[in-house]
Amino acid sequence: MFQPLSRQAEMIHSASLVVLAITAGIFIVVSLLLVYVVWKFRRKGPEDDLKEPPQIYGSTHIELAWTVVPIIIVLVLILVTSRTIGEIQNRKMPPNAVEIRLIGHQWWWEVRYEKEGIVTANELHVPVSQRTGEGMRPTQIFLESADVIHSFWVPQLAGKTDLVPNKKNQTWIEPFAKGTFFGNCAEYCGTQHANMLLRVVVEDPEDYEKWVQTMKQPPAAPQTGLAAQGHKAFFENSCINCHTVDGTIAGGVYGPDLSKLMTRQTIGAGVAPLTPETLRAWVRDPQTLKTGCFMPDMKLLDSEVDAITAYLLTLK
Amino acid sequence: MTPQTADDNFEIPPPEAIGHERGSLTRIVQELVFTVDHKKLGLMYIASGLLFFVVAGLMASLIRIQLAVPRNNFLEPDVFNRLFTMHGTAMVFFVGMPMLFGFANYLIPLMVGARDMAFPRLNAFGFWVFFFSGLLLFFSYLGAPGLYAAGSAPDVGWFAYSPLTAKAFSRGHSTDYWTLSILLGGIGSIATSINIIVTALCLRCKGMILGRMPLFVWIYLVVAFLIIIAIPPLSACQIMLILDRYFGAHFFDTQAGGSAVLWQHFFWIFGHPEVYILMLPGFAIASEVIPVFSRKPIFGYPVMVAASVLIAFISLGVWAHHMFAVGMTSIGNTFFAISTLLVAVPTGIKIFNWIGTMYGGKLRFELPMLFCLAFLFQFLIAGLTGVMLGVAPFDWQLTDSYFVVAHFHYVLIGGLLFTIFSGIYYWYPKALGKMPNFKLGLLHFLLFMAGFHITFFPQHISGFLGMPRRIYTYDAGRGWDLWNLISSLGVILQAAGILFFVINLIYSYVKGGKAGDDPWDAWTLEWAASSPPPDYNFETLPEVRSRRPLWDLKHPDDPDWKYE
Repeated sequence: MFQPLSRQAEMIHSASLVVLAITAGIFIVVSLLLVYVVWKFRRKGPEDDLKEPPQIYGSTHIELAWTVVPIIIVLVLILVTSRTIGEIQNRKMPPNAVEIRLIGHQWWWEVRYEKEGIVTANELHVPVSQRTGEGMRPTQIFLESADVIHSFWVPQLAGKTDLVPNKKNQTWIEPFAKGTFFGNCAEYCGTQHANMLLRVVVEDPEDYEKWVQTMKQPPAAPQTGLAAQGHKAFFENSCINCHTVDGTIAGGVYGPDLSKLMTRQTIGAGVAPLTPETLRAWVRDPQTLKTGCFMPDMKLLDSEVDAITAYLLTLK
Repeated sequence: MTPQTADDNFEIPPPEAIGHERGSLTRIVQELVFTVDHKKLGLMYIASGLLFFVVAGLMASLIRIQLAVPRNNFLEPDVFNRLFTMHGTAMVFFVGMPMLFGFANYLIPLMVGARDMAFPRLNAFGFWVFFFSGLLLFFSYLGAPGLYAAGSAPDVGWFAYSPLTAKAFSRGHSTDYWTLSILLGGIGSIATSINIIVTALCLRCKGMILGRMPLFVWIYLVVAFLIIIAIPPLSACQIMLILDRYFGAHFFDTQAGGSAVLWQHFFWIFGHPEVYILMLPGFAIASEVIPVFSRKPIFGYPVMVAASVLIAFISLGVWAHHMFAVGMTSIGNTFFAISTLLVAVPTGIKIFNWIGTMYGGKLRFELPMLFCLAFLFQFLIAGLTGVMLGVAPFDWQLTDSYFVVAHFHYVLIGGLLFTIFSGIYYWYPKALGKMPNFKLGLLHFLLFMAGFHITFFPQHISGFLGMPRRIYTYDAGRGWDLWNLISSLGVILQAAGILFFVINLIYSYVKGGKAGDDPWDAWTLEWAASSPPPDYNFETLPEVRSRRPLWDLKHPDDPDWKYE
């Protein structure tokens, strides 16, 4: 969080530096005082025990001093805090802002660009924003949950906001630098909480538009070879009960949308990089990669596993 | 005068009648089970607290082994989730609470010059309810086999956010064990708190007006009131959860229009005062130990009382600072940020008053004092990281990360546990009549302190680097590896420290030098009784004229009552 690369993270960062400076100052003063007192007034030897030190019961003036000074410091902190809260929470989004619906599931993220009609999982693509002027283009994220509470947290881009079922939350990010940023689900959500990872890919506006255009095209059904067999196997098995593939009868909503599977960097919400090998292992038995996840071992024949993997590899 | 004991009117058949000799095992068990003596109950509280402490500590060690290296396969995810849930629940409800009640039980009647607590049998009831609720929680490992495997302890985290606890997401009976054991434990806590309040208000000896009551008892009075206010919301939400799970209610059932955030409000209305319920007894111990080993009275007694009351009062209005990320309005967030930051003021006053007490004194670095000095330093760090978390925008980054884990371990270990050790060493001679061994104690102190900092300081950094709490594993390359490894290594030192502590407790009891009635040259009434005190505590009830009756006795030329 000390390498902020977006407007919100920078605002939090600068407020944090003020707080850190104040607390560090207090720490140094008080701990030096503590060390000084402990050293200065230590028992010097057995002869020290003969006479008790002067008995002091208190002093109103001193008490007043160390009440008023902390109150003043706390007032400063309160002002910094209130200002930053207001700036972040009451930020108005410009009309050109990208809008994303992010829905938490046990243990993956559903990503929906409703305006563009794009559905994907575990990966947000957003355009890089300029600090001011025409190129300023933040992204507003609407947060929902399908089951239990999750939390959105990409430290370099934004602080946490929870995804609470039956409650509509929102946050926004406005990255100033390109790159891939990592986040975790930050509210304990069950067995595989640890492997509910999120990536935010920040691109040039042109690249972002290109990505949007690609994502809008439904995948073509393969006509020949192993992939075609896999296509058949995919629709004959129960895959379609949970997964969606655009332009087909596969319309399940319990698992991630697979229409553009191969555009993603990882599998299983970040449990492994997405490669033909990991994909095959996943189709073979997801439980070996991600114990406890809700996709069961489908007990497919080896030939079916190969074919379905080949089909899935065409989804891009 | 014949000493009266509390169980005078309680007919126990003489041991000869049932054939058990004094000192035989049956007889000892019988005495422990039937006793209503506040001192025995106090020691039983502390002993069972230590037992649960060791168990929950071993659980934490397993957690640290799993997290030592990235993508470790030492524990299955479900096993890990059960471990951190049980560790947290046990440490808060079945280690922290009994320890604080143990000290209260043992010391409050002695300090106010009474023969026992106000309601001795209620006291025994409170202990046994607590003890069995603790066993109930741990029994879940055997008794709550869910759908998957034999062992099925609760795995919903110690604050068990709904709807993860709903039937749909938590099958089997693990969550019910969690709910019921906490519900039951709450009953015991309320019983004991009532007892503390009545004892402190009604059983003070002659001359002990409230303004002369030892700070220890004052702070416990505040704690007891806080418990009585804080436990009912907890019990209420546990009952609501049971209704949800078994009777089709929809308090927290989001799929039927219930509210997930409602649980958080209920839980933290309990949960935040709970932090102070646990921490204030630490202050109480420090407020006794620091003056005695500085050879000066506590600096600013009335201010210390006022600060305790103020902390308790403010702590009732800060609960939602655990919820800055749930999407409250900016006004709500600001309100709770302000109230949270305000707690820093009375807490700061306390730290300054302790330093003021030491200033101009002659500090003796005996074991209790060493632990208290470490407490002051560590609690300063904990307080300041608390200020950072109180600043809501900062909290958006830090909450639910390892920074929070580091923060509350600095509070509960660096603050509370160190003062508990201090208190155990300080009153050990009183309770058992033997002096604790200094060398073993020093080893305990040094090893445990080093281990504590090595384990928990790096967690601040991994939190800054984006590591969320409660993850059973993590990928290499996010900058967390080194800090987790260091953190896990610290556990070895902590475990060694605890080992020396346990050895010291046993060794000193067997081989320790005899402690007189007043080995530390202290000033409060418990040191006027013999070590260990008889069943009736005092042969004749004492009469006091100041806050430090034993000082008056030892310095007739310069008594306290002239100045107070």
